[in-house]
Amino acid sequence: MIPILILAIIGGGFAVFSIVAGSLAGPKRFNKAKLESYECGIEPSPQAFRGHRFPVKYYLTAMLFIVFDIEIIFLYPWAVAFNSLGMFGLVEMVLFILAVFVVYAYVWRRGGLEWD
Amino acid sequence: MSIAAFAPTAAGHTASLGVFGHDPWWLSLVKCLVAFVFLVVTTLLMIWAERRVIGRMQARPGPNRVGPFGVLQGLADGIKLALKEDLIPAIVDKPLYILAPIVASVPAFLTFAVIPVGPVVSIGGHHTPLQITDLPVAVLFYLAMASVGVYGIVLAGWSSRSPYPLLGALRSSAQVISYEVAMGLSLAAVFLYSGSLSTSAIVASQHKLWYALPLIPSFLMYMVSMVGETNRAPFDLPEAESELVAGFHTEYSSLKFAMFFLAEYINVTTVCAIATTLFLGGWRAPWPLSLIGNDTLNHGWWPVLWFLGKLFVLLFGFIWIRGTLPRLRYDQFMRLGWKILIPFSLVWILVVAAFRELTNEGKSRLTTLMYVGIPIAAIVLIWSFVTEARINRRLQQEQDRLQAAAVSQRDAYPIPVLAGVPSMDVPAVASTTDDGPEVLDD
Repeated sequence: MIPILILAIIGGGFAVFSIVAGSLAGPKRFNKAKLESYECGIEPSPQAFRGHRFPVKYYLTAMLFIVFDIEIIFLYPWAVAFNSLGMFGLVEMVLFILAVFVVYAYVWRRGGLEWD
Repeated sequence: MSIAAFAPTAAGHTASLGVFGHDPWWLSLVKCLVAFVFLVVTTLLMIWAERRVIGRMQARPGPNRVGPFGVLQGLADGIKLALKEDLIPAIVDKPLYILAPIVASVPAFLTFAVIPVGPVVSIGGHHTPLQITDLPVAVLFYLAMASVGVYGIVLAGWSSRSPYPLLGALRSSAQVISYEVAMGLSLAAVFLYSGSLSTSAIVASQHKLWYALPLIPSFLMYMVSMVGETNRAPFDLPEAESELVAGFHTEYSSLKFAMFFLAEYINVTTVCAIATTLFLGGWRAPWPLSLIGNDTLNHGWWPVLWFLGKLFVLLFGFIWIRGTLPRLRYDQFMRLGWKILIPFSLVWILVVAAFRELTNEGKSRLTTLMYVGIPIAAIVLIWSFVTEARINRRLQQEQDRLQAAAVSQRDAYPIPVLAGVPSMDVPAVASTTDDGPEVLDD
């Protein structure tokens, strides 16, 4: 644990140092255009005060990700302990993955995996 | 600190994490500094090598002015960026905007802590493994850090409050989580074989055979998903310059931009190092060399050489892919992840598990192949029938549609009615002749 902390401090220190150094070392010449966000030269489109709206599709992907990520969390300890679980472990996992496959097939048929 | 107490002791391999956690503080510091310098230098070299190699692939020299063969190009770029003005648009959410590059780059550094670079060596009288530390769940730590790195990208896009960065960040997060599933599933097969999640134990368990050989599908899936995970070409949709300017870091300049750049290249190095560790035997000498002497080349400082060799081959692969393949479209990319990699890897894990279980029970190879092969053959057969039926049905539908259109829209445009093109009615011009367009009759 402690070595990871040391590495985190080194990495974080480097990042903070670079950002501070970057803001100190560069020139500063005021120009109103520099304060605008970049949209290829056209007037920046007005932004909502807090947050943006974006396609609901991304939320769906995130939810599906959670389903499969939890599956992975179940898979890992099973994989590590596989040799001691024996045939029981195999049958259990076949049943579990079949159950997940049902969900998967349902999501697929309902168009949850389509992008257009 | 006795992490050894938590070491998984699954049958087969006893993970010995006992060698970790005994380093004096200065040794840990030295290791961390070496890892840090290695990552930064690799990044600088990688930037140069990438531009050189792609240059050569495109029949042009690439950067060759700064230093011998232009090798200092990366450094020169870094210095140039540091001396550029640090623009911060007025609209940004400033604390998050400044935090984002830090959040992106720190986890990138951290993952390297669990990469075994070599076996136990003696440094200053201390016997210590060439690895900063190891955990019973080291690979999980890697996956966690990969996920935390996404926060940097999402925060950058979100806090910029500008359309292109937002879209880039969204794409990036959707992409990374999609491919993380595929990556996680492809790694499970390795744990089945190694019986451990600790990287040093996984390397130790590959003393006979690198996992890339028996688990070729897993290895290939990992290779694909590691490119997707790091947002690199041909999966660099979050920064597709023809669509999104520069993606999530459009609003960043100066060294803040450099931090994202650094994080990306460190991530590339890390995923390659993980691929080396989990599939290519880590620091173990490649096959013909491992026979020399009494395993001499697997001891002392030699393994660092093998590790770096494998790492650089994989890094070259990244450059090669970038120089070769065109960028995918986003829907193609998501389809590859969700509809091909995930189901395939799920089935593959079951195949590996069944195979391993039958081998453990002492069944002969023929019986094992039969037990595992026949169900797979059945699935493939049924699947091919289903697919064929579906394709036939689709063709039939298309044909019916065309025929119906041909009958009902004799005066429609375009003529002949094309598949996939919406045909529209054209006001009938005073029809003088009655012998309609014969071409349409089938």
